[in-house]
Amino acid sequence: MAPENPSHPSENDLPYVLILKPPPSFVILGDHFFNSTKFRFLKAYESPLPLAHFLLAHAQSVQAILSSGGAPVTADTIRLMPLLRLVVTTSQGLNHIDLSECRRRGIVVASAGTIYSADCADSVVALLIDVLRKVSAADRFVKQGLWSSQGEYPLGSKLGGKRVGIVGLGSIGSEVAKRLEAFGCSISYNSRKKKPFCSYPFYLNVRELAANCDALIICCALTDETHHLINKEVLSALGKDGVIINIARGPIMDEKELVRCLVEGEIRGAGLDVFEHEPDVPNELFALDNVVMSPHNAVFTWESFEDLRKLVVGNLEAFFSNEPLLTPVVLDDQPHFSG
Amino acid sequence: MESIGVLMVCPMNSYLEHELEKRFNLFRFWTVPEKSAFLATNKNSIRAVVGNSSAGADAELIEVLPKLEIVASFSVGLDKIDLAKCKEKGIRVTNTPDVLTDDVADLAIGLMLAVLRKLCESDRYVRSGKWKKGDYRLTTKFTGKKVGIIGLGRIGMAVAKRAEAFSCPISYYSRTEKPEIKYKYYPGVVELAANCDILVVACSLTEETLHIINREVIDALGPKGVLINVGRGPHVDEPELVSALVERRLGGAGLDVFEHEPEVPEELFGLDNVVLLPHVGSGTVETRQAMADLVIGNLEAHFLNRPLLTPVV
Repeated sequence: MAPENPSHPSENDLPYVLILKPPPSFVILGDHFFNSTKFRFLKAYESPLPLAHFLLAHAQSVQAILSSGGAPVTADTIRLMPLLRLVVTTSQGLNHIDLSECRRRGIVVASAGTIYSADCADSVVALLIDVLRKVSAADRFVKQGLWSSQGEYPLGSKLGGKRVGIVGLGSIGSEVAKRLEAFGCSISYNSRKKKPFCSYPFYLNVRELAANCDALIICCALTDETHHLINKEVLSALGKDGVIINIARGPIMDEKELVRCLVEGEIRGAGLDVFEHEPDVPNELFALDNVVMSPHNAVFTWESFEDLRKLVVGNLEAFFSNEPLLTPVVLDDQPHFSG
Repeated sequence: MESIGVLMVCPMNSYLEHELEKRFNLFRFWTVPEKSAFLATNKNSIRAVVGNSSAGADAELIEVLPKLEIVASFSVGLDKIDLAKCKEKGIRVTNTPDVLTDDVADLAIGLMLAVLRKLCESDRYVRSGKWKKGDYRLTTKFTGKKVGIIGLGRIGMAVAKRAEAFSCPISYYSRTEKPEIKYKYYPGVVELAANCDILVVACSLTEETLHIINREVIDALGPKGVLINVGRGPHVDEPELVSALVERRLGGAGLDVFEHEPEVPEELFGLDNVVLLPHVGSGTVETRQAMADLVIGNLEAHFLNRPLLTPVV
């Protein structure tokens, strides 16, 4: 891996930030997206070497990693980088980072903070209205020219007055609640702990939350505890008229069970931005009009990517200037995900 | 009341038909092969007409029914009823306000989100298997966008309330400014369009508001602007809208209504910045039942000499 540019010698002094795989922003907008005069990128993915060899050969003095959902930071990777002190991630989730190993090594993690909360919440509302009012299905109906021949479209279900149950009342969950209240929905939630100063009814377990709501919204992190949290029991409690929306992580749901419930009409419908084995999506869902699917793009807006750019560059520049990070994660607070 | 003839002009709701049949002598106009002959035979027994957003009671029909006392519309819009003629002849008119306000406003926001975030296109992308080849492209954030509302009646206010929860600044155009309302008022639609990101049609259809969305308004809204129509098709100069969308002079559109329903301009079918719905603004089980109950309630009240529930005339 050659030096970046011999005609700009000062660049060769710039500290490296390791990238294992290009984040979505690089793929969509180009790899100059996070350019800075304070650091340069070391792109492991441009090397033919297997990762371990690459790290041993080139990353021994690298202090920072820029990670994304598709570029996990495992204990193995961390152990091959003796000077690693910072992991910055472009994703909302932290489940792809071995937080225990980071805690053990005193490595700081900088997250996406709350930059994505509005877009995620907007996606939840978009999916929920779409499922209840059959927006995507009706759009297909009209665009296939079926309105003139087939007449009136089947009725949907009113959003107003629906009981909404939010799993995970963090930044995203709170933004969802604020929006849905304006539509006349009532809000209740389940979280690791009851939130003080929060007037929404709290349910200690998700099954009970599901039994008492019409729309279950998944907004929590993926951890060991939340893996397959939404299982047969919860879906059964949600019931025939219930709708589920997942913009969090695919593995929080038992996908096989969800597909079975949808195919057999045991729940009313689902809005899904995430899946267990992205980008593979269970084929059975393609035949269903009561399912709305999006390709894990709940935060993929121009505006969020610009906010991300500022945040990532801001965090990395702060780190290399020995200034406080913009969005450090308090690692003691984070539950474990063994991946 | 079983001898009272009620003429339902088009199919609209089977629960409503069923309930009307229990109480009145219901005539289903759309099943009649020879309409003029039918009217000649039955005109003296028809005392009520039930219409909706597709068909109501125009001057011609009113003239041919000498015993007509009441027109009950299964809609809040009254553009298919000749109100002046009804007033002239002392015919009562009722509609279905309030019960459908939430559903229409919900759908308006749903359309905004679907257009800006390309939700229907994202769903198509997944269903086609394209996701395996790469991510879908970036879309436009909805939170914080400026929403301009034409018509700040029940539905307009409900749209505003919802959009505010997404931190959208609200502005509006109305026949008169409403001083008690905190939203920014624009005295003209072109000015409103020039100053918002998303323009929503939520006013009633009258002679004044026919083609209220014309070339000038569309130009003012511009290549980044989005038009949402949950009013009536004729609010929009449809050919102008179609060419603006095809030529990308307008950023996008979410349309629940069209000038000649159920005909929809086919040029729109392939556009990824357009969401098209088959006039489902009030189309939920809950709301259609509430609307039907209002129609029945109004007719019963009239024929029992009680005050009408939701009179317009």
